[in-house]
Amino acid sequence: MYQTIYHRASSVDEAASLFAKGSEAKFLAGGQTLLPVMKQRLAAPSDVIDLGKIKELIGIEASGDTLTIKAATPHYDVATSDTAKKAIPALAYLASLIGDPAVRYRGTIGGSLANNDPAADYPAATLALGATIKTNKRTIAADDYFKGLFSTALEDGEIITQVSFPVPAKAGYAKFPHPASRFALTGVFVAQTKSGEIRVAATGASQSGVMRVPAIEAALKANWSPSAIDSVSISASGLLSDIHGSSDYRANLVKVMAQRAVAAAA
Amino acid sequence: MSKVKLTVNGKAVAVDVEDRTLLVHLLRDHLNLTGTHVGCDTSQCGACVVHMDGRAVKSCTMLAGQADGANVTTIEGIAKGDELHPMQAAFRDNHGLQCGYCTPGMIMSAIDIVQRHGGQLDEATVRHELEGNICRCTGYHNIVKAVLDAAGRMKVAQAAE
Amino acid sequence: MGVEGIGASVVRKEDKRFITGKGRYVDDIKLTGMTYAHFIRSPHAHAKVKGIDSSAALQMPGVVAVLTGRQIVDDKVGNLICGWAITSKDGSPMKMGAWPAMAPETVRFVGQAVAVVIAESKNLARDAAEAVVVDYEELPAVADVTAAVKAGAPQLHPEAPGNQVYDWVIGDEGAVDAAFSKAANVVKLDLTNNRLAPNAMEPRAAIADYDAAEEHFTLYTTSQNPHVARLVLSAFYNIAPEHKLRVIAPDVGGGFGSKIFIYPEEMVALWASKKVGRPVKWTGDRTEAFLTDAHGRDHVTHAEMAFDANNKILGLRVKTYANFGAYMSLFSSSVPTYLYATLLSGQYDIPAIHAEVIGVYTNTTPVDAYRGAGRPEASYLIERMMETAARQLKVDPAALRRQNFITQFPHQTPVIMAYDTGDFNASLDAAMKAIDYAGFADRKAKAKADGKLRGIGVSCYIEACGIAPSKAVGSLGAGVGLWESAEVRVNPVGTIEILTGSHSHGQGHETTFCQLVADRLGVPISQVSIVHGDTDKVQFGMGTYGSRSAAVGLTAILKAMEKVESKARKIAAHALEASEADIVIENGEFKVTGTDKAIAFPMVALAAYTAHNLPDGMEPGLKETAFYDPTNFTFPAGTYICELEVDAGTGKTSFVNFVAADDFGRLINPMIVEGQVHGGLAQGIGQALLEHAIYDANGQPVTASFMDYSMPRADDLPSFKLSHTTTLCPGNPLGIKGCGEAGAIGASAAVINAITDAIGKNNLEMPATPDRVWRTIHAA
Repeated sequence: MYQTIYHRASSVDEAASLFAKGSEAKFLAGGQTLLPVMKQRLAAPSDVIDLGKIKELIGIEASGDTLTIKAATPHYDVATSDTAKKAIPALAYLASLIGDPAVRYRGTIGGSLANNDPAADYPAATLALGATIKTNKRTIAADDYFKGLFSTALEDGEIITQVSFPVPAKAGYAKFPHPASRFALTGVFVAQTKSGEIRVAATGASQSGVMRVPAIEAALKANWSPSAIDSVSISASGLLSDIHGSSDYRANLVKVMAQRAVAAAA
Repeated sequence: MSKVKLTVNGKAVAVDVEDRTLLVHLLRDHLNLTGTHVGCDTSQCGACVVHMDGRAVKSCTMLAGQADGANVTTIEGIAKGDELHPMQAAFRDNHGLQCGYCTPGMIMSAIDIVQRHGGQLDEATVRHELEGNICRCTGYHNIVKAVLDAAGRMKVAQAAE
Repeated sequence: MGVEGIGASVVRKEDKRFITGKGRYVDDIKLTGMTYAHFIRSPHAHAKVKGIDSSAALQMPGVVAVLTGRQIVDDKVGNLICGWAITSKDGSPMKMGAWPAMAPETVRFVGQAVAVVIAESKNLARDAAEAVVVDYEELPAVADVTAAVKAGAPQLHPEAPGNQVYDWVIGDEGAVDAAFSKAANVVKLDLTNNRLAPNAMEPRAAIADYDAAEEHFTLYTTSQNPHVARLVLSAFYNIAPEHKLRVIAPDVGGGFGSKIFIYPEEMVALWASKKVGRPVKWTGDRTEAFLTDAHGRDHVTHAEMAFDANNKILGLRVKTYANFGAYMSLFSSSVPTYLYATLLSGQYDIPAIHAEVIGVYTNTTPVDAYRGAGRPEASYLIERMMETAARQLKVDPAALRRQNFITQFPHQTPVIMAYDTGDFNASLDAAMKAIDYAGFADRKAKAKADGKLRGIGVSCYIEACGIAPSKAVGSLGAGVGLWESAEVRVNPVGTIEILTGSHSHGQGHETTFCQLVADRLGVPISQVSIVHGDTDKVQFGMGTYGSRSAAVGLTAILKAMEKVESKARKIAAHALEASEADIVIENGEFKVTGTDKAIAFPMVALAAYTAHNLPDGMEPGLKETAFYDPTNFTFPAGTYICELEVDAGTGKTSFVNFVAADDFGRLINPMIVEGQVHGGLAQGIGQALLEHAIYDANGQPVTASFMDYSMPRADDLPSFKLSHTTTLCPGNPLGIKGCGEAGAIGASAAVINAITDAIGKNNLEMPATPDRVWRTIHAA
């Protein structure tokens, strides 16, 4: 790792001001992605600003039809939260599949969404549930947030403070883990909103990161059942292809994982 | 350089380290607690797992500064004097280790697994929950046995306390 | 057996330090004034090194030195050697290019070191390494073994035209041709044996400490065989004469073959320590392990087997291309020849075998012995062949094997090996019973009704272990003898130290070796300690690999024990005023048989050292040494059967059951033996399902971290059901065959045979990744 200066922020405002002072600062949430990247010397931040101990960024709340997860809440807390499990069980289940137990204690939803790894789990739920991402500057709809591989609508120095998920009528997640990294080789989150809209998002599959899957959405709109997806054809074009999964295979996984997510949806 | 103050195995320590120092290197290089190991560069293998404020974390994927103020327990800190922790004893009794390199991280992760699941552990759960710890020697067979065995012992020990 | 004697599952003595974090691995050691090395490694698979500018790096804080490949060559540090000479079929010796510890002119694989930075800390060394500017001129590269032998392929070494190291043959080609000419059926098979990265969990490390006053080096290193390291570093690399070089391999975190070899990093650390006048430490990271630890396997093979009308095997013909990577590693040449082709008879009576092996250079990490070393490749080939044949001949795969088993021993195969003993029917029966083979058809039908693809796969392996009779391997080109040495030191108070040339890096020698002593003397194992891994303490040793520690190393201890007992018996007889022939050893006492006269073993030891009352002419003391050279290989064998299900939607495999029935001869500690089998099975299954060290066409490694290389995890594997059948090895007095590699040798064929059974298609390469299985299921 290159030399860097570590700061622990006690508030979002302090974090933002520390960021502004650094020449090439980075925010550190759980660090489960940033630190491995820094260890490999693929990132060289002048300053790392730790958001992990900011009290206002930690917590899970449900009110009315919304489940709100504050940005520095670790995956473990989401996976085991009665509030989260009651409101959106598929989301708590998704959190229970991220990384491994030690990673889940440290990794956070804010960190995951800010990084937007194309194979991360949270982006699938965020997009499929039509969540709203709140930052220290504004709110961003999920549909406007994801901008491709490791790329988001966040501006330099902008800090995610919480993510609000509308509680759906039904939702499910199915993940086929990457055999080495345990990220999603492909993961599909399916949701039926309370207004009847069907939203399906796949992670790990596309060259442009998390994506909606309109063909599956249309099939499920007509008939919310795994078999409705049987006749859907997913194009391999634009999908990732690597030693663990060709684009054809990922196209198949999008379909199969969608079916399994529907079967598991509650 | 920063001064990091933390409690390690019940003892308060203050160490001057470069800000880029990882927790694992603070433990190994500055406190000579070499039981915590490094087996990979990518946060996969779990040889470095320690407990921080009661949770099993990968000490190679934390800056030392992030542990400032925390209570850290390493493999050297879980036995009560000469009395092994039930998980340590179970690893020995079930031949849950061979070369010993992954063992400290395995034991620290396994204690956390039992603490989270209590008596509800079965083989499939243990196997799934060990996905962040890689062992090249044992094929995991006896590690899984050891964790299940220790779960029983820890329950008994807890009941006795 | 006593509670701690031979055959007892004694918990391990060494465990306490490991479970309490008190193990002492190389990276745990700190020396005063220690500096840290960081290697500058080639990012190119093939390039000329046109220049190295270290001026900026030398100005950086904490930098002690930057040393280059040119300097190490100029200082006459020797090139790395290959210790087994193989002769091609045309009679020519194998053709090798030079391998300097750091490349002065040409790099031939990604990760090859060109220079090293020595600095005050690891971080500072790495910081400075980035400031060293290396000017490379890229050359075309080739990674694939079949591409490398084609005309026009990039050439690695001028000494080896066509990238060919050797073209070696074994067996009687004429006899095989004759067998095929009368065959009723011929079964053909093309196979790839996938390249693997060993990945011991402890990365390699070295600390070199030069004492200028004594002109003496100490090397702490992650080695399976510290004496061999000292021998090679002294005799071939010109580091120092043997008496001026001490090699210590303390606790070592797994080896699996990869820590047999003496690597450039140890050579450079030693050389650099003298140059900078301070201790130099290098600790590899995981990516360096992927780039520089010798890989395993990587064969491309075509094989044909001839059967008569009654399904008896008539002959076997094999042609294999073996990828050696960019340089010939220490034992690499022997792996696809004498450790592979000599096992091609498997458990079967095959009258004629001919194999041709073409060893090939490519721009990849060097390939050498990895758990099983050649024998997994042979076993995989034979057991895939038997399964393919059963399918083609439409007979039960277990029955076809049984029909062709060797049943009379000793059995001379057509490929050198003479199997001493075995009972292949017994292990097949045991495995079939354990998995309820007879009930499989019903289970498969039931699974099918539930929409699942279920399969069963058999693998009957044999291996040659207990490596190795020195005369035999010498006649085949080995540069060393493969005996083992031991010393038994009885202290005056009766405690015992066993000094052994075997090295324990997970195998549990500190327990099993004590069990032999407990068994013979009846003393508790707490009174015995095992000393190993230090060339200053142990007289000599050939180390641990090839499942040799019990069969060879422990037998050496036995031989030394016998000498100790003989002398102790004389002392006891003298003290008890009895005839030596009447002395029996029981429960730690030397007794006069048929009387109540006895003397405790510690009193015998004390008598040996006080020397007040020894038999006339006897030297004082009680300490004996022995060298043991085996008379033959040993032949562990067994049957593995696996039952699994394949998810047709994703191609993912899930185990239903995995049974192993092994014949290892006598077991010293069944618990430890089973642990060895579990670990071997995991590596064999890993090869079958997950692991593959991949290079792109330009020689760039694609799998250089655990993010890309799939290591078996707990949830990838089943629990195993093990059993043992026993035929004692006649080649050593304890009847031991060895157990360290069996799992890795036998498992992969069982898995692939089961998957191909489940999906109803025979052709499937390893690793059978979900993508590959799914594609095979859905292929037209």
